Amino acid sequence: MLPFPIQKLLSPVPLPVAGRVAQASLRRMLHLHPMLFDRLGEFAGRLIVFHPTDLDLEFGVNPRQRSVRAARPGGIAGYDTRISGPLVLLLGLAEGRLDGDAEFFGRQITVEGDMETALALRNAVEDASLDFATDLAPRRGPLRQPVWTVLDWARTALLAREIAQWN
Amino acid sequence: MELICPAGTPAAFRDAVDVGADAVYCGFRDETNARNFPGLNFSRDELAEAVSYARTHDVKTLVAINTFMAAGREALWQSAVDDAAALGADAVILADLGLLAYAAERHPDLRRHLSVQAGAANVEHIEFLVEAFGIKRAVLPRVLTMSEVAALTRQVRCETEVFVYGGLCVMEEGRCSLSSYATGKSPNMQGVCSPASHVRYRQDGREMVSELGDFTINRFPEGEAAGYPTICKGRFVVAGEDGYIFEDPVSLDALSHLGALKAAGVAALKIEGRQRGRSYVAQVVTEIRRQLDAVENAEPAASPLNDTLRLMSEGQRTTKGSYDKKWR
Repeated sequence: MLPFPIQKLLSPVPLPVAGRVAQASLRRMLHLHPMLFDRLGEFAGRLIVFHPTDLDLEFGVNPRQRSVRAARPGGIAGYDTRISGPLVLLLGLAEGRLDGDAEFFGRQITVEGDMETALALRNAVEDASLDFATDLAPRRGPLRQPVWTVLDWARTALLAREIAQWN
Repeated sequence: MELICPAGTPAAFRDAVDVGADAVYCGFRDETNARNFPGLNFSRDELAEAVSYARTHDVKTLVAINTFMAAGREALWQSAVDDAAALGADAVILADLGLLAYAAERHPDLRRHLSVQAGAANVEHIEFLVEAFGIKRAVLPRVLTMSEVAALTRQVRCETEVFVYGGLCVMEEGRCSLSSYATGKSPNMQGVCSPASHVRYRQDGREMVSELGDFTINRFPEGEAAGYPTICKGRFVVAGEDGYIFEDPVSLDALSHLGALKAAGVAALKIEGRQRGRSYVAQVVTEIRRQLDAVENAEPAASPLNDTLRLMSEGQRTTKGSYDKKWR
């Protein structure tokens, strides 16, 4: 789970703000990884919900429409697949730093709904070799290195903390 | 001994090469291989790039075309063999006798490995295939003891390859119909054991319930490590008591036998898991490479770095499987 102060910091984030940040991040990732959803094939039109269990938010992604929207947990109905787990684990899975099956065996994540979509998504995202620190830091300019350093440090520290907890 | 590593995507393939694979095995994105899962496997272009990447690192590429051909649609499997040869694969891994014959006739210079799906578990079976189709290597089923592996390796005129880590098939490999019975789709024909299209997970109170088709496979209490939703590792009620009647949800870990396998003359060690993620490939291959190097260099046995292999395992538990089998 995210450290409590970070959870408190993020909990009052209004849905429109969370939605806009998520949409901007998705747009950025698709710009840098245009083949990100290529492996989804026939599953690209499915509605996939990600629920970071340590946030008071969930996100519904429609890969074909390249859109994402934010809602409070349980607020997105009619999804095809819903994947839940601590935020850091979900991001670690997307980057391929963690193994989805192992996290599932360890009961760290849960998957509800259509499993084909979940599998296709896992394989598609993993093959894209995402790196959130590199991808979300400014592309150039004086802020690039400091932002990357902070994001990379946060990723490493939070992932280590998460793994230590469930080990 | 060669270390044969799995890859389900090009990214996993590169990871396997980078962390010490001697050869990487993979399949095309269709029903010609036994891991025909959504989003997994290689297009022809991706395989060409993978072969090229492997070559530059002196690593071999093995292409699994190890399901059984469907009557009337043989062209799908035959074109897979043709394409693997054209794209520069170092070997194809086959199970179907007709496809072995096709590969031997059309591509005599392409190495033919016998897939575990052929279920060849005795000298006579393997020798026949050496003679008839010129197989260069047989991947042995995970039903043999260490002494049986050693005896068989001594007697056959081809190399042997054995699994040392990963998911276990405990039934007759290549002939198991449990998943077909529950879903109508076959691991041996369509390449899908417990196809995702038929798998559901749901919460029932504090328990997680896994279902395959119309069958409940397991109910996991809160905190209990989970396994794959396969019937062979399902928990069923028999005579009023629930338990694992075929096999527990565990993975194979035969690393303590590396020295014995080397002494037995086994040519290659296989890691299961083309359906697994990049993290699995990177961590498992790294750890097994380290332990194998210690054996090859006659160094003291490398102790496991940590719990990596157990935590990567189904049910978070491991077994030495049939290598140490004490029952019959």
